[in-house]
Amino acid sequence: MDAIQRRLIPSYIFLIICSIISVFPLFWMLTAATNATVDVSQGRLWFGAFSAENFKALLDGAPFFQSKLWSAMRNSFVFAAVQTVLSLLICSLAGYGFELYHTKGKDILFGILLMAMMIPGVATMIPLFSMMSKMKLLSSVWGFILPSVATPFMIMMFRQNSRNFPLALMDAARIDGLQEWQIFFKIYMPIMKSTYAAAAVITFMNAWNAYLWPRVVLKAPEAQTMPLFIANLANGYTIDYGALMMGVLFCSLPTVIIFFILQKQFAEGITGAVK
Amino acid sequence: MEKKTNRWGWAFLIVASAMIMIFSFYPMFSALIMSFKTGSSANMKWATPWYNNYLRMFKDKTFITSLKNTFLYLIIQVPVMLVLAILLAQLLNNPNLKCRGLFRTCIFLPCAISLVSYSLIFRTLFYDTGMINTILMKLGIIHENIKWLGQTGTARAVIITALIWRWTGYNMVFYLAGLQNLDYQVYEAAQIDGANGWKTFWHITVPQLRPVIIMTFIMSINGTLQLYDESVNLTNGGPAGTTMTMSHHIYNTAFQGKANFGYAAALSFVVFILVAILAAINLKVGDTRD
Repeated sequence: MDAIQRRLIPSYIFLIICSIISVFPLFWMLTAATNATVDVSQGRLWFGAFSAENFKALLDGAPFFQSKLWSAMRNSFVFAAVQTVLSLLICSLAGYGFELYHTKGKDILFGILLMAMMIPGVATMIPLFSMMSKMKLLSSVWGFILPSVATPFMIMMFRQNSRNFPLALMDAARIDGLQEWQIFFKIYMPIMKSTYAAAAVITFMNAWNAYLWPRVVLKAPEAQTMPLFIANLANGYTIDYGALMMGVLFCSLPTVIIFFILQKQFAEGITGAVK
Repeated sequence: MEKKTNRWGWAFLIVASAMIMIFSFYPMFSALIMSFKTGSSANMKWATPWYNNYLRMFKDKTFITSLKNTFLYLIIQVPVMLVLAILLAQLLNNPNLKCRGLFRTCIFLPCAISLVSYSLIFRTLFYDTGMINTILMKLGIIHENIKWLGQTGTARAVIITALIWRWTGYNMVFYLAGLQNLDYQVYEAAQIDGANGWKTFWHITVPQLRPVIIMTFIMSINGTLQLYDESVNLTNGGPAGTTMTMSHHIYNTAFQGKANFGYAAALSFVVFILVAILAAINLKVGDTRD
């Protein structure tokens, strides 16, 4: 071992400890999902043979579970997918408009929109609930997505990333007779692919993981999403810890898979507007 | 021609702008109006006096506890997490380090799971006879199970630990991005000049990251003031409401038991004002240090 590596030994030790601490609770969740509730609540640390029973408990839904696994999974997928598609379309259009057609008036409007970043979700939750209930959108996909389709963060992300967009390309397209909206779909979108990927990952994850607003707006049991479903599992007087961890596993699986495949895009997404 | 293009520009941004107006600014404004009223959905009346909801807060023990909790989490959790994140970013930025990708992935991994999920995992880990107690017993550190979530002090500590676990990697990613533009040779030059690890940390890494640090600080404050998922799912506000956060209290006031939209709106306005004030202070402090 050379001198440089030897000097790094404390760093390695520190990083290994941090890595273990970071991964351990997830490993524990994975093993707990295969164990009976007794074993889980007594801290058994290895895989067991109870996964089928835990899984079945989720499928059947014990009497106090308000909804069932597949319906919650399906809702989560549909809601998150619809939100991702709409949010990307609407926010990228806005980012495109603000950056590539920018005028003083638009800059002022952008500044005002940014202030919405300071507005806490808990403050708008009650008026939004009244609004959705008046519009008969409670427990619907629209009630779920409407407040979070257009966000200042997403618009800013597309705007910042459009900074280096070659204006010459737009002029060339205009000479070729393309309309402004055609430039967006035919030239802007393909060039901004990587921004779209990062934005899609982060929007999907946020929608999948949302809890406070869904809890307010998704009143009907059959409209529940995964976070609501698993939170309900932990609501009874006696908690089936094995089934609970199996539920947590199902809730985490899609986002963990996305994380492993698209980690770079995920990191770009959360730091997206900072450039 | 110029005018026509400009009009297209407005057309592109109008949908998103209108939606932010309708679903953020307008509800914020109605929350303000609502905060001077009392009752829930259909039957709301003006409060007497009109600022009654704001007076009521000072006598609301749960609210005062939740306010204290929020600041406790802010003061302990945010600095510990951010310092740890900067430290990790500095270590991982060293090009001589092996397995950087693996370490980065492991530390970043907690961000992949939802707040509800990790709250439930920590709840199971810290259960009365659960994993943590079992390990501590086996190691002989404790002789009887600690009721982690049954006592105010330890329950708060568990929440803080859980928050640090979930968010350190998240912040580290920001710092890694911020350090990317820094030439690593600066560190090597400093080391030749005899600067030790801490010196390079405070004199090279921290100044380089200052704008990112301010931003992560604002984000963390914003997040802490709005903590909800952990309070509901990890401790359920307990024992006896002593770990409850402001958002949790607001949700309960608005939607559970005797619903009171007006009072909840007033409470939520306090959260809004706190977010604004703390962010402003942060920006100001960040500015004058130049």
